[in-house]
Amino acid sequence: MNNSEDLPRINRRLALQWVTTATASIPLLDVDVEGAERLRPKSPVANGYGPDPDLIRQYKPGDLWPLTFTVDQRRLVIVLCDLIIPADETSPSASSQGVHDFIDEWISSPYRDQKADRNSILKGLPWLDEEAKRRGGTNFVSLGSDEQLAICHELARLARKNRNTHPGSFFYRLRNLVAGGYYTTPAGMKDIGYRGNVAMPEWNGPPREVLERLGLDPQ
Amino acid sequence: MPLISPANKKRDYDVVIVGSGAGGGQMAYTLTMEGISVLVLEAGRMFDPTSETAMMHTPDMAPLRGVKTPDKQYGFYDASVESGWNIPGEPYTNASKEKSRQFAWWRQRMMGGRTNHWGRVSLRNGPYDFKTRTRQGVGFDWPISYDDLAPYYDKAEMLVGIFGDSEGIENSPDSSPGVLLPPPKFRAGELLAKDRAKKKLGIDVVPIHRAVLTTTQDADRVPKKLHPGNKKAQRLLAENMRLRLKCIFATDCHRGCSIKAAFDSTSVYLTPALKSGNLDIIPHAMAREITLNKAGKASGVTFIDKTDGSEHHVTGRVVVLAASSQESVRLLLNSKSNQFPDGLANSSGKVGKYITDSVASSFSAQIPALENLPLHNEDGTVGQQVYIPWWRAGEQHKLDFTGGYKFVLVSGRKMPSINTGKGFDWVAGGDEILFGKKLKEDARRYHGSFQGIGAQGAMAANDDCYAELDPQVKDKWGLPVLRFHWKWSDDELKQVADQQRMLGAVLESMGGRFSRSPHVDDPLRAIKQGGAIIHEVGGAIMGDDRTKSVTDKWCQTWDVPNLVMADGATFPGTADKNPTLTIMALAWRAAGHVVDELKKGHL
Repeated sequence: MNNSEDLPRINRRLALQWVTTATASIPLLDVDVEGAERLRPKSPVANGYGPDPDLIRQYKPGDLWPLTFTVDQRRLVIVLCDLIIPADETSPSASSQGVHDFIDEWISSPYRDQKADRNSILKGLPWLDEEAKRRGGTNFVSLGSDEQLAICHELARLARKNRNTHPGSFFYRLRNLVAGGYYTTPAGMKDIGYRGNVAMPEWNGPPREVLERLGLDPQ
Repeated sequence: MPLISPANKKRDYDVVIVGSGAGGGQMAYTLTMEGISVLVLEAGRMFDPTSETAMMHTPDMAPLRGVKTPDKQYGFYDASVESGWNIPGEPYTNASKEKSRQFAWWRQRMMGGRTNHWGRVSLRNGPYDFKTRTRQGVGFDWPISYDDLAPYYDKAEMLVGIFGDSEGIENSPDSSPGVLLPPPKFRAGELLAKDRAKKKLGIDVVPIHRAVLTTTQDADRVPKKLHPGNKKAQRLLAENMRLRLKCIFATDCHRGCSIKAAFDSTSVYLTPALKSGNLDIIPHAMAREITLNKAGKASGVTFIDKTDGSEHHVTGRVVVLAASSQESVRLLLNSKSNQFPDGLANSSGKVGKYITDSVASSFSAQIPALENLPLHNEDGTVGQQVYIPWWRAGEQHKLDFTGGYKFVLVSGRKMPSINTGKGFDWVAGGDEILFGKKLKEDARRYHGSFQGIGAQGAMAANDDCYAELDPQVKDKWGLPVLRFHWKWSDDELKQVADQQRMLGAVLESMGGRFSRSPHVDDPLRAIKQGGAIIHEVGGAIMGDDRTKSVTDKWCQTWDVPNLVMADGATFPGTADKNPTLTIMALAWRAAGHVVDELKKGHL
């Protein structure tokens, strides 16, 4: 984990872009107003699926509206997906379930509700590369995994304090999308312990061991 | 007999019904089984629940993981098409700019109406709920009593297929023996709630009543009970009951039910009604005006064929409005004539007045006892299975508010949504939001350990909540739109403060942990917006006095007896029960009266 003693020297312009947190932890790069304007993406122009879509069809990212990520952005989001939901002994990682493509679909949505996520994520991705360069002289993807994790921890701390201010807001929104995207896949559902959505002739309530754990009598 | 286009309609029908949902569907069913010829006008398209519902799809198969969008306002897989709080080209307005004084109006433009999208909770109003003025000194008494409606509750429940139990709870009536289907078993969290709420608070958690078949219906017995002496109706109903399978204990009823275990109007009312040969349905038919003849009786309905914008007229001996309470109100107000310059059947000036809605708030907690429970399938009937009926009906006079409320509980490891994974940070504590392996571990631990409770309470009619025609704004058909007026009274806010207090108490009895305190001292923050629960009723209330109400106790308008209201518009108030079952029972009762009156030549 970085701390303030490890801070590299910075030039004046970047210094103005950074906010120091109240604690002694590492300050993180903020985007200045001008930069925010520059980075603010154009709104997607595609239409939505309308009020009477085919509910049976199975949709994939890109089926309904054009996607946004460049090759580099997509590569970066894949890395982020797996920092947020890594593979472990019981279940696979987020990127292995295509969650990065879902995030692309999400931020490319023509609907208003996804706009804030789009702005935040398209602002956060270049911010991450800048931060990585500041720390390791390379972009985020090429950073060592310890360095990548260190930045994520800093962001997670900022997000816990204030989920509405960049760059904590970026990480908060990204985390929510990766987690939500992952737990809505079959692998994610299995991992989180959802055992339903199976047609059954009867439903007998919780098994005996559950009731015993709760100290409740059988129904 | 089928869906028809306007060009194929008959010259004349006995009854023309506007709307195909709970009220219109029930009317169409009852009338056609009695041999009455009926035309239903439905503003939306045909929707076939057996082929169009995505019952078992997971969110990753939907755009945006199935999240709500302006196009699908209750989520992608919700069985609502062309529907929502905001429909392009069909606006409504609010008189106030203040959020708490605005009403949000859900419209369902499709075959079967809101029954497609319905949570299927089917509770009877209790005896006290019909005597609000007498008992509480607020709102209105209904012109009927519980005993008048009880036989129709039994009938509707037997036809619809509703699970539940008899509890003997004051003002939350039991059904007659043999009417209800067996309730599903409780989920783990619900058993915990039942145990703790009883031990610590003396409050009962009991099975809710919902329109879901937990067993197949008795097609040999029920049709004979519902249609004594009517062999054809018995046969049609028995056939239709045999088409319905019992619940497969998976998939949210809001998605629609291709096996017809969950009720919807199309599957249960309209299908046998069409097979009777006595029903025509015109979809895409937007009613614009009820017409009168020289004798001042309703002669038919003028409607717009939405497929080409053309205007048509259809005649009937009786006109039934079941377009949803406020759409029916709008239709009355837009049907102006020399005889009724302020809108049809509006000599009392009461059309549009006295809208009521469920008084609602909610709260949730994380329950440590439910963490890390051995994994098992908790779907059950997926929606609500248990509730806390109002437990202080007998001591309402001791409280500082007049309306009761109920608590509806939902817990368990539900199918994850796009929001899964962002709610664990406050539970886990620490100085970071969760990510990485810790997120995965905590998600396994905490998913399914949350208990949400929704409170829904009674609302007495008052002068501040009403609708009128907007003097300027028109919809894309050129029809004036509704303008709503809404204001929560102190009575409702006090009720919500009590809801919040008791929501906290029940969750605390389960050992719940909270991310914040309930809004006991700030009920206006907790109360859900008018219309948010989609339980609005009133606007053409029934009564004993024709100067103070729009219809009589048979839902016939005082001014125009062959004009009958069959949706929630006639409710003189909202009980702490959901309105749909009462809409069905009232519609059945009104339909029976129409049949009698037609036979007598009175209409």
